[in-house]
Amino acid sequence: MSGRRALISGAHFMSGDIACAEGALCAGCRFFAGYPITPATEIAEHLSERMPDFGGIYIQMEDEIASIAAVIGASYAGLKAMTATSGPGFSLMQENIGLAVMTETPCVIVDVMRGGPSTGQPTLPGQQDVMQVKWGSHGDYSIIALAPSSVQEMFDLAIEAFNLSETYRVPAFVMADEIVAHMWEKVVIPHASKIKIVSREKPHIAPDKYKPFAPDGSLIPPMACFGEGYRFHATGLTHDERGYPKTQDSEVQSRLVRRLCEKISKNADRIIKVEGIMLGDADVVVVAYGIVARAALSAVRKAREFGIKAGLLRLVTLWPFAEKHVAEVAKQAKSIVVPEMNCGQIVREVERAAKETPVAFLSKLGEDPHTPQEILELMRRNT
Amino acid sequence: MDRELVHPFSKYLRSAMMPHIWCSGCGNGIVLNCFINALDDLQIDLDKLVVVSGIGCIGRIAGYTNADSFHTTHGRAIAFSTGAKLANPELEVVVISGDGDLFAIGGNHFMHAARRNIGIKVICANNFNYGMTGGQQGPTTPLESLTTTTPYGNIEHPFNLIHLAAACGATYVARWTTLHVRRLTQSIKRVLQKEGFCFIEVVSPCPEIFGRRNKMRTGLEMMEWFRRASVVENFSDPSKAEISSEKIVVGEFVNKEKVSYERLLHEKIAQINEKRVEW
Repeated sequence: MSGRRALISGAHFMSGDIACAEGALCAGCRFFAGYPITPATEIAEHLSERMPDFGGIYIQMEDEIASIAAVIGASYAGLKAMTATSGPGFSLMQENIGLAVMTETPCVIVDVMRGGPSTGQPTLPGQQDVMQVKWGSHGDYSIIALAPSSVQEMFDLAIEAFNLSETYRVPAFVMADEIVAHMWEKVVIPHASKIKIVSREKPHIAPDKYKPFAPDGSLIPPMACFGEGYRFHATGLTHDERGYPKTQDSEVQSRLVRRLCEKISKNADRIIKVEGIMLGDADVVVVAYGIVARAALSAVRKAREFGIKAGLLRLVTLWPFAEKHVAEVAKQAKSIVVPEMNCGQIVREVERAAKETPVAFLSKLGEDPHTPQEILELMRRNT
Repeated sequence: MDRELVHPFSKYLRSAMMPHIWCSGCGNGIVLNCFINALDDLQIDLDKLVVVSGIGCIGRIAGYTNADSFHTTHGRAIAFSTGAKLANPELEVVVISGDGDLFAIGGNHFMHAARRNIGIKVICANNFNYGMTGGQQGPTTPLESLTTTTPYGNIEHPFNLIHLAAACGATYVARWTTLHVRRLTQSIKRVLQKEGFCFIEVVSPCPEIFGRRNKMRTGLEMMEWFRRASVVENFSDPSKAEISSEKIVVGEFVNKEKVSYERLLHEKIAQINEKRVEW
């Protein structure tokens, strides 16, 4: 056990949930609060064992509402903090996700998607929360959501989520699915010194001049934490730059809410990551994410063997949506194919961005994600 | 030039947030006053103090206190504070919130924070109803009381918060009314020096919203009830700590030593790492 104290590096065979937990530790996560739920439980289990190695905190809370609330508290007390859940817990978290947005709390929320609605199919995969992550809490806001499609990416994107969350003072989400979470694969982890880690910017001015919600140049305010002498106030109410409630002031509401949205939308080009494969001459492009993108890649390769000019646009970032990338491929492609493990969610965004280019949708629910053959078949019908 | 007159306690308040939102006759100002007196008596380091509140009239108290402060969503002050306290155990984390916030929507968090013995101090201003939303029935509304949602009289049994807190494992449990300012201040001082989860209930007048529907139209009339009915029964059986028109049992009910969650946790972490070095 003694050899396990440090961050791991090198090649490992592990599950997606464990990779995600190790990625979080690597990113500097030192607080985890959660509640057991399939298929995300292994993240909590692994962190309960590993957190002490770093002097970090693991706590199992009484429910998911408490978990996200504790995460926000820990983040304000200065630690990088995370929770992990699945659909039912994710629904419970929504109100406090809004609080995290409103108080600009850096934190990471992993949602290992299973079949819903309600208790649904706890042990089976889904991609049914990808609109909920964007719109689930009330009010207007923007968040960042990433979709891993391999165990390697469960590790990589956990780090990326922390980096983005700390950079933009916004909750960042890892929208995994049951398959990438439970699947075991090879993960290659660079030495910790080679991994880019970002931490929140601290204020550079005296405490009596500090305004906790005044952005300096960028749209993101530097963040003081509890106990650092800044004596600031934060609230879920609409607030001015001092953090003081302004519940009757339209100007303050407009300025605050627009900034919360714009700090993400105006930085979208910096945030968004996609993977384009064989897009150069593609007539038919599959837009996919998560585990489904793996079948899509296989289908695209097969299509090429049959002489179909197929390509794959894999969404690594779900939100903000890769509108420009989809618009770009849509200019050239004759058709776009979107397979999802839901009844049609991201496909709406694709349709919106693709404008006149026809978009075909392939829905799957339940145990098995799309097979390459099913996606290939749809591509054939749409070329 | 004349020196500007400054109240000696103004350093504890965010003057830019004044005037406060509380009605005349409300007890929340007394709670804040006692809290500030306790801070001053103990010379608490304001840079290490975090005041957390939920939603409701008293929820604004976090913003009024000139320390780090956070105004959470409804009911979640304790869960938020659990995260903050564990992340930095050197912080003095005080939750000041209302009966509806802490015991209806937030009841589950109260129970579990007390059970775990997280070292946060919880002060509940119990005004028997939801004041901010206009006076609806809540988990502490006395039987037969009139509220905007119990126009024919309340048939729900109210919580005995003292009994609840004691049963859940709080290391310190007290109840005072806003009439008992010295004893309340003493209790707050005591919990600020104690380890573990501590709870103080402050029975507080809400004449504008609750009192006027229940034959106590002014703050003074409500305070008169507290004066007439309050009986100090220190360390009496928490299950018998009633609140009725005839009797309000006040006092300290629990004051015990119990190692806090955060101390156990950090000792455990240290042990684990020692063992691993030995191996």
